Amino acid sequence: MTTTLPGQRRPQKSAPRERRPVSSRPRRRRNWFGGLAGWLWLVVVAVPLYWSFITSFKEQSNYYASNPLVPSGDPTLDNYRLVIESDFLSYFLNSVVVTVGAVVPAVVVSFMAAYAIVRGWRMRFLRAVNGLFLMGLAIPLQATVIPIYLIIIKMHLYDNLLALILPSIAFAIPLSVLVLANFIRDVPKELFDSMRVDGATEWTTLWRLAAPLTRPAIVTVSIFNALTIWNGFLLPLILTQSPERRTLPLALWTFQGQYGVNVPAVLAAVVLTTLPVLILYVFGRRQLLSGLTAGFSR
Amino acid sequence: MSAVSHRPPPRRQQRDVLPWLVAPALLIFVGFAVIPLFGVFALSFTTWDGIGAIHPSGLTSWRAVLTHPGLPHALWVTFLVMAVSWAFQTPASILIGVFLAGDQRYRAVLGVVYFVPLMLSSAAIAIAYKALLNPNFGLGAGLGIDLLSQDWLGRPGLAFGVVVFVVSWQFVPFHSLIYQGGVQQIPKSLYEAAQLDGAGRVRQFFSITLPQLKYTIITSSTLMVVGSLTFFDLIFILTEGGPGDATRVLALDMYKRGFQASLMGPASVIAVILVLVGLALALLLRRLGGRDAGASQLEGV
Repeated sequence: MTTTLPGQRRPQKSAPRERRPVSSRPRRRRNWFGGLAGWLWLVVVAVPLYWSFITSFKEQSNYYASNPLVPSGDPTLDNYRLVIESDFLSYFLNSVVVTVGAVVPAVVVSFMAAYAIVRGWRMRFLRAVNGLFLMGLAIPLQATVIPIYLIIIKMHLYDNLLALILPSIAFAIPLSVLVLANFIRDVPKELFDSMRVDGATEWTTLWRLAAPLTRPAIVTVSIFNALTIWNGFLLPLILTQSPERRTLPLALWTFQGQYGVNVPAVLAAVVLTTLPVLILYVFGRRQLLSGLTAGFSR
Repeated sequence: MSAVSHRPPPRRQQRDVLPWLVAPALLIFVGFAVIPLFGVFALSFTTWDGIGAIHPSGLTSWRAVLTHPGLPHALWVTFLVMAVSWAFQTPASILIGVFLAGDQRYRAVLGVVYFVPLMLSSAAIAIAYKALLNPNFGLGAGLGIDLLSQDWLGRPGLAFGVVVFVVSWQFVPFHSLIYQGGVQQIPKSLYEAAQLDGAGRVRQFFSITLPQLKYTIITSSTLMVVGSLTFFDLIFILTEGGPGDATRVLALDMYKRGFQASLMGPASVIAVILVLVGLALALLLRRLGGRDAGASQLEGV
């Protein structure tokens, strides 16, 4: 689904999967336990989503009286109006600035690093850097926020969107390098050699050969990082203060504090902050899922 | 640049570029992840209110945290959330993963819905659940079902259960995806052989599927266990650690001491403990799995 390069070698721990036409598969008996769990889980997942969605269209007065699982016969957009009038758009833009501002540099520097690590594997320094990034996978963001807070204050970036961008880039690097390096490793060595014979510099090879060939991985890593940063809550919570700097998750939280009694309005806010991600999901689902499996496969 | 020279530049000169390519990533990673990691250790030997000057204070903060009854409690709650959510999520994810890996017609559609929770922010999930579980205006009250209209977030035991449930709601889909991938890599011939030997479906599951999933289980468990140390936003919004301190996990304890009580020294001590616990767990699970360094890519994301 992701790489279809010739000569691709992906280390497999287990025996290779058997490939045979679907028709000749032995007929499997029904998996009752799994099926039951699967359908039950569908209900568990879908009911809260459905309830949040339909409730967000109810009037507050109607909300208390009506059956919670039946959509309002007279849906209202008042809740959405209330949310949008409370500066939703500016929070949305802040989230866009932080997400784009962190994801683009994060992926670019990670790609350069991954390329260097794969191509310069013989250099002890680059292997050490790779080891450092791998260890970075185990560093929890939570444990480092106090020094990050201190550094941001010292840099006079407190309550500035750049304060959210810089640590977000740092924490996106380890997984990005890992996934991108795995994919760059799959580019046949002969292609690099022929580029070199043609006199291309590493810089040219990086952008003209490696980048186009690993585009699926780049897209995947970008989506994954965007999702993480878009949904981030802790950094905005501790590194910003003024309402003008709020990102969506933080705005959602403060909105809930203000309009806690108006449940339909709170849920309209939830739906509105969730919508951009769900749209992304509809378009990038295959990329995202394949990327998750590439990053976490055994 | 476009002019193609016929003599390739000497190899040595080419390779010297590579360390510079890694420099930007290295710089920002060291600046905002590695230095803070050491910084938090240094800060644990200081007194700082978050605004004023930082004063070295030796072991004062450590003594304060280690003798405070809050620490064992936070450790215990963290461990409990970890263990209970693991015990619930693992069987559920395996069952669903095995189901999704099968040929059922609707599994693709199910898969689409399953992954929606992964897209949502913890903030959105926590806020939606807070409204949903409200004893007076929530789903249970609206349906008139007494069993569902309890004070879910107001009683210690119930609030703990809610936290575990909501965490599972968010992450079971991800782990079932991992298991689905794992199941699809099991060679079909094993099942055919077992069928010839007359092994039933349940027997096949316990004798083939589960043992073959060993590494997948370790991978998934590592992610679950180490990941559970970092639950913050969900619990912070859902319960704020309450009622009382029934759901006050380590990460939350750190935030409250540091950013709410302005005791950055003790908060840093908690952060160091958080790192140590995470490291110990990752190493332990790796030992259990008996995996070599090359296969350890995923240690503790």
